[in-house]
Amino acid sequence: MSEQYPALLVIVPLLSALVISVAGWVNKRLCFPIAVAALGVAAWSSVGLLFRVLDEGVIVYKLGGWSPPMGIAYYIDYLNGLVLPVVSIVALLNLISSKKIVEQQFPDKAGPFYTLYVLMVTGLLGIVVTGDAFNLYVLLEIASLTGYGLLAMGEERAPLATLNYLYMGTIGACFYLLGIGYLYIVTGSLNMVDIARLLPPLYQSKAVLAAFIICMVGVWLKMAFFPLHAWLPNAYTYANSASSGLIAPLMTKVMVYVMIRLILTVFTPKFVFNTLAVHDAVVWLAVIAIVMGAVLALKERNLKKMLTYIVVAEVGYMVGGAWLGNRAGLTGAVLHIVNDALMTLCVFLVVGNIVYKIKGYAFGDLKGLFAKMPFTMGAFVIGALSIIGVPPTCGFFSKWYLILGAIQAHQYGFMVALLFSSLINVVLFFRVFEIGFYEPFSDHEGHEHHPAVMAEAPLTMLVPLYVVAISLILVGLYTGDIVNHIVQFVIPKGFM
Amino acid sequence: MTDLISTVVAKYNYWIYITLMMIGLYAMIAKNNLVKKIVGMNIFQTAIILFYVSIGVKKGATIPILEHGHGPDVHHVVHAVDYINPLPHVLMLTAIVVGVATLGVALALAIRIYNNYNTLEENEILTQVREK
Repeated sequence: MSEQYPALLVIVPLLSALVISVAGWVNKRLCFPIAVAALGVAAWSSVGLLFRVLDEGVIVYKLGGWSPPMGIAYYIDYLNGLVLPVVSIVALLNLISSKKIVEQQFPDKAGPFYTLYVLMVTGLLGIVVTGDAFNLYVLLEIASLTGYGLLAMGEERAPLATLNYLYMGTIGACFYLLGIGYLYIVTGSLNMVDIARLLPPLYQSKAVLAAFIICMVGVWLKMAFFPLHAWLPNAYTYANSASSGLIAPLMTKVMVYVMIRLILTVFTPKFVFNTLAVHDAVVWLAVIAIVMGAVLALKERNLKKMLTYIVVAEVGYMVGGAWLGNRAGLTGAVLHIVNDALMTLCVFLVVGNIVYKIKGYAFGDLKGLFAKMPFTMGAFVIGALSIIGVPPTCGFFSKWYLILGAIQAHQYGFMVALLFSSLINVVLFFRVFEIGFYEPFSDHEGHEHHPAVMAEAPLTMLVPLYVVAISLILVGLYTGDIVNHIVQFVIPKGFM
Repeated sequence: MTDLISTVVAKYNYWIYITLMMIGLYAMIAKNNLVKKIVGMNIFQTAIILFYVSIGVKKGATIPILEHGHGPDVHHVVHAVDYINPLPHVLMLTAIVVGVATLGVALALAIRIYNNYNTLEENEILTQVREK
């Protein structure tokens, strides 16, 4: 059974997406349990895979018994062994929380929603697990297309924002495909490990250079790296909270994983940091991304949109960390994929709970919220402290590694940007706390209630929220173990 | 000058795909109508399909189907040089499917937008959004 985990991870959600769409016609109440079961199997397999990787090292799974480079192989090493459980567990927790949101906002669309949801998770898990560059493109498009469908289910402005995302997303995926085309011309292979084996004599070739640049621009577009971020805030803000709770934590993080995979496995650090040597420029781009993300977040008077700009800034953290070109920076970037997925999920689940109860997420709607929804806001405080980077929450430790890496690489601009963005985050979140704590609750007609009546979100929304909030602290406390047992093996030997 | 012409002619497939791609990109950036933008996006995708298909071509080679490949008395040796590379073409079957799906999703979104705003011109939609 455990030999088949890599296949189960993708095939169970894929097939159950078909089952859910049929079940939606028969009885809408069947859709949710099937989706939970499918993602439960995926989460179980991904955790099982992580433990197998810890025991045995890299796992190679040949799909259909065809050995690479002819067939498609799934490679699970320490990097995606760590990212897979994060993706599947974040998706599962948000799914449980989304049940009430779906019942409240679009009960008649439960079938299509859960079908798209499970298909999107299939795509995301497939991107992370696959060892074939073209297969990655196909799964990327599966995840993107279902993501467009999910994001368009929302407010009146959602379809237009999603269409803008679709243009940018398609260009990004096309660029990635084009880059893979150039790699295929020079190497004749699509298997990542095989490409890496064939590339070293060709490092001076202009085609390889073009392939690398085009792939990177494509991936940056998909992850909303600063100058290419314009699609993200509107698309995530106007979507319903069940969709944005899945896509905001995972899509950008999975694309950061793809970038690190391309740097480490396909092109190898030797090419990226020694032959090419543009990493200083990219780190400066990341500095601009972090500063601009923070400043634009400061401008917003709306909780959800503010959080989307924080996502943009966090992408800058990870890209910068990965491009510092040293061990500490890369450790910080990989850790931050895990931490940021959990932190973003935490704050977006909070937004989901607030929208479920208050029907709004502008700053004016948040008045008196600590009295009205104390448990939700308690979790929000933990999530906010983690994004700011207060120990012992996990956000502190990844930021610590990133700053350490910046100092070792003498990139003091990056260090200053990280500290600056932490300070801005303090302002951002304490402004929200102040509105929620001190300003009295008022309903939409302007009548003030003293004292506000407690009206908490239902238990199926609070339990996932608290699981995430507690995991933020636990991951923080066990950071040392995660780094010693997993992350240090991600980084190839001989990498300083 | 003759050097330039000979480079362009020798690698004309790349020049055509780049031109098509730029036409698509231009339409996506400059056009005001949402459907025209979507068509531009489709041209952009098609350019990449052309690029992939053209790299599988080989001079003097034939389609990759074995003549008399089956049966009990097959003795001849297969020379890979005689056949064009079928792999990029097979990959593009998937890319075509992706392109059609993207086009479908984009047009469906355009219908939703038209129902909301009663227009497909981007500037008119943006004025309506700002007025609200």
